[in-house]
Amino acid sequence: MADYLVQFGLPVWLAYGGVALMQCLILLTIMMFAAATFTWMERKVSGRIQDRLGPTRVGGRFGWLQSPADGIKLLCKEDLMPAQADKILFRLAPYISFCASFCVFLALPFSNGWVAQQLNVAAFFILAIAGLEVFGVITAGYASASKWSLYGAMREAAQVVSYEVPFGICVLIPVMVAGTLDLVAIGNMQQGWGINWMIFHSPFMFVTFFIYLTCAVASTNRAPFDLAEAESELVAGFLTEYSGFRWSVFFMAEYGSMTAVSGLAAILFLGGWHGPIPIADLLGLTYSNHAILGWFGELLGACNFLFKAFLGVTFMMWLRWTLPRLRIDQVMTTCLKYCIPLAAAMFVGVMLWTYALPGGILPRKTPMAAVAEAPAWTTVETPGGDRP
Amino acid sequence: MNATEIIDRLKQRFGDRILRSDTDCLDPWLEIAADGLHEICRFLRDDPDMRFDYLHCVSGVDYVEPDPKKAKKTDWQPHLELLYHLSSMQHRHRIVLRVVLPRWRDGVHGRLPEVSSVADLWPTANWHEREVYDLCGVAFAGHPDLRRILCPEDWVGHPLRKDYETPQEYHGIRVK
Amino acid sequence: MERVDPELVEFDVRTDEMLINMGPQHPSTHGVLRLVLRTDGEVVTDVVPHIGYLHRCAEKIGEKISPRQWIPYTDRMDYLAGMNMNLGWAMTVEKLMDLEIPDRARHVRVMVCELNRIASHLVAAGTYGLDLGSFTPFLYCFREREKILDLFEEVCGARLTYSFITMGGVTGDLPPGWLDRCERFLREFEEVIPELHAVLTSNEIFVRRTAGVGVLTPETAIAYGCSGPVLRGSGVKWDLRRDGEPRVTRMYEDYDFEIIAQHEGSYPQDRDDYPPVPPEAVLGDSWHRFYVRMIECVQSIRLIRQAMAKYQGCDGPIGEPIKLTQKLPKGEAYLETEAPKGQMGFMVVSDGTAIPWRVRARSSCFCNLSVTSEICRGCLLADIPAIVGSLDIVLGEIDR
Repeated sequence: MADYLVQFGLPVWLAYGGVALMQCLILLTIMMFAAATFTWMERKVSGRIQDRLGPTRVGGRFGWLQSPADGIKLLCKEDLMPAQADKILFRLAPYISFCASFCVFLALPFSNGWVAQQLNVAAFFILAIAGLEVFGVITAGYASASKWSLYGAMREAAQVVSYEVPFGICVLIPVMVAGTLDLVAIGNMQQGWGINWMIFHSPFMFVTFFIYLTCAVASTNRAPFDLAEAESELVAGFLTEYSGFRWSVFFMAEYGSMTAVSGLAAILFLGGWHGPIPIADLLGLTYSNHAILGWFGELLGACNFLFKAFLGVTFMMWLRWTLPRLRIDQVMTTCLKYCIPLAAAMFVGVMLWTYALPGGILPRKTPMAAVAEAPAWTTVETPGGDRP
Repeated sequence: MNATEIIDRLKQRFGDRILRSDTDCLDPWLEIAADGLHEICRFLRDDPDMRFDYLHCVSGVDYVEPDPKKAKKTDWQPHLELLYHLSSMQHRHRIVLRVVLPRWRDGVHGRLPEVSSVADLWPTANWHEREVYDLCGVAFAGHPDLRRILCPEDWVGHPLRKDYETPQEYHGIRVK
Repeated sequence: MERVDPELVEFDVRTDEMLINMGPQHPSTHGVLRLVLRTDGEVVTDVVPHIGYLHRCAEKIGEKISPRQWIPYTDRMDYLAGMNMNLGWAMTVEKLMDLEIPDRARHVRVMVCELNRIASHLVAAGTYGLDLGSFTPFLYCFREREKILDLFEEVCGARLTYSFITMGGVTGDLPPGWLDRCERFLREFEEVIPELHAVLTSNEIFVRRTAGVGVLTPETAIAYGCSGPVLRGSGVKWDLRRDGEPRVTRMYEDYDFEIIAQHEGSYPQDRDDYPPVPPEAVLGDSWHRFYVRMIECVQSIRLIRQAMAKYQGCDGPIGEPIKLTQKLPKGEAYLETEAPKGQMGFMVVSDGTAIPWRVRARSSCFCNLSVTSEICRGCLLADIPAIVGSLDIVLGEIDR
């Protein structure tokens, strides 16, 4: 799009800068909106699970405006900082977490080519950036000058760093099958009927998906792995001393990460923006018919993708409101004794499967063909060397 | 064993340490001399016929009448009593031990009367004795950790003594 | 520059112990309990409980007012089981006065006490889920407890501090139609029990968090004067409703119920829908204490049903409460009853006037809590809520 603007005579820096800014704003809006929706949903879902109604007062029958109301409340709250706290780090910590969580969205495609930056190493980028969130938490725990916070931070460090390993392997498996780190290409590989989804690639892949889910829940610090917060043990863990706006920034980061890992799961395993039935193709909503129709097809894809991510988040909520919390040693055991060996075994399994059945049980597009099929204007923004 | 048999048995064995006893009242009790408490308790716990394995409660009762008019009518001298409610799960019998102590050791106001602790026999006595120390003011010799338990550690006085006077304030907080 | 020996550095980088104050404001210390933990990383090497934050001088107040006036103070001891507290005190004074109550009042007492036992165990189960990080069972339990409180509200107008059971009987007869509503609650509650077992007792994570945690041997339990589900969870079959003083057992004499404790390797099985004991569970651990409470609820349902039948079958007076200024006979009386949390003992020393000379409350939680430092030593930080929660303490009763 920037190139398009340059054609109209805009200076290059302004065109690229403006477009980048716009993309960031759109993503920020999406993330905020997601956080707000999921906060509301968390209350409603937990309410229903617990035989309650959840919010019913603010904004009509279903409490639609609960999240804005919460937001206003959080902004109005007194902003406390412990006297002993490391002032700079204490202020910095929420933003580190938030930035890490937000940057993941830069490389996360919402539909075929609908991505802020189509990186050919997107999967790698997301893994790397998502892992940075832990620094925010550790900083927060250290800077709070509270023993409970320190415990939360130490637990987070131990837990998240360990879970990075099986998480990485689980991401690696679909990447290996796809032969590319480009998430758009991986998504497009799964075009067609639902059986083309990566999760149905092989029995090993099916198992991998559940290991991925476990690791995803653990790496986003959600119950039953929410040891860093653990309100019945550590008061509120690393969040103990945070209040008001800074707390809500952490909160948004958490919901952002939840959405991100669920989106990643959708792309890697569940067909990305492709539904189980290729409605867009059947209706002829493709670029080969018409650009506008193709755009609508993509929109449908984006809805599809968001729905899958939404399902993933709902699943995490369901877990949170059903299960008790694990103990730290059990969390580590789950990771080191079960997740890592299983993920490694699945890795080998998928590798052998691909070797034995190079084409899979079903005919599948090669990654190169998938890349070629992406509409031309989306690939414009890929960094220099990759530009066709 | 019923209470009479237990008391007879104890009288045989400890003789003059058993000062008084009563089996006709609601909870049969026997009064023992303060210096024999630990020895008798050990016997009660370890003797195969006794096996008092469960200490229910240690309670202190202060007998003093602060009102001088009423004090003339009382039929007892001011003293402190400790009551140990014991029972045996194995033999299903129970007994109450009573220890009579002076209100102040050697009659000096402020010196707590002393009696040996039974916390080494029944760990539950640990906290109960701390409570008696805290509220009634009895020092338990040989107690592993004799601190106040219900009142703050810097509280003055022993509230369950009858002549206790509530302080006006505690660290600037009005009490009365 | 001075060179530092690498070995020296390694020796120098050693872990230090940390002293942590858990409470009195902490989400899972069940009130204002303060635990001072000495920790080495996640491992707790020593626990020292500090109590007294809720001390309200109940015993001292009892020396200034008459026994009937003191009943509301007993409500506020174990405020989750006010009926059982009332019962303990009422029966102690009855023992001193040698007062017998009519059968009808006895059955009403059994009914409300057992209902209160269920309510108390529900709070215990729900908050225990909370301690382990599972929020949902808490609300399931409170929903059921709410129905019991509704029933109590009909009986005595109060939902928490009942002052219903008094010396000489109860303050009033049951309202019309109450038995039907009670029966309806029992039926509804029976359907909920398997749900609670599903989300807690037999939940895999729950079992992992509780089985083998905080093992209390029967010997330690008895030595520390533990009672109630804490004692029975260690496999000691001891329940004052069966093993107490004649005055207490007489109250339950023609009732049929089981004492819930693992005896000779198994629990009494009169229903087949109890979840099985998981292989990881060790007798006396937190899981067993929890399990005992859960099954005791079923026994309480049985008792309530029997009490309702007996109540309907007997006519006669409901009992006359003693006067507020009734003179007490001279003497001493000590009596323990089986409250939901353990053996609640009251002592009254009377000098022959209407005001007792001395009143004493022996709290079951007080003894149950004193065992904490014994069984928490060497556990993990996350086990502290799991153990303290399984002891099911109420600070109102501990501090009095």
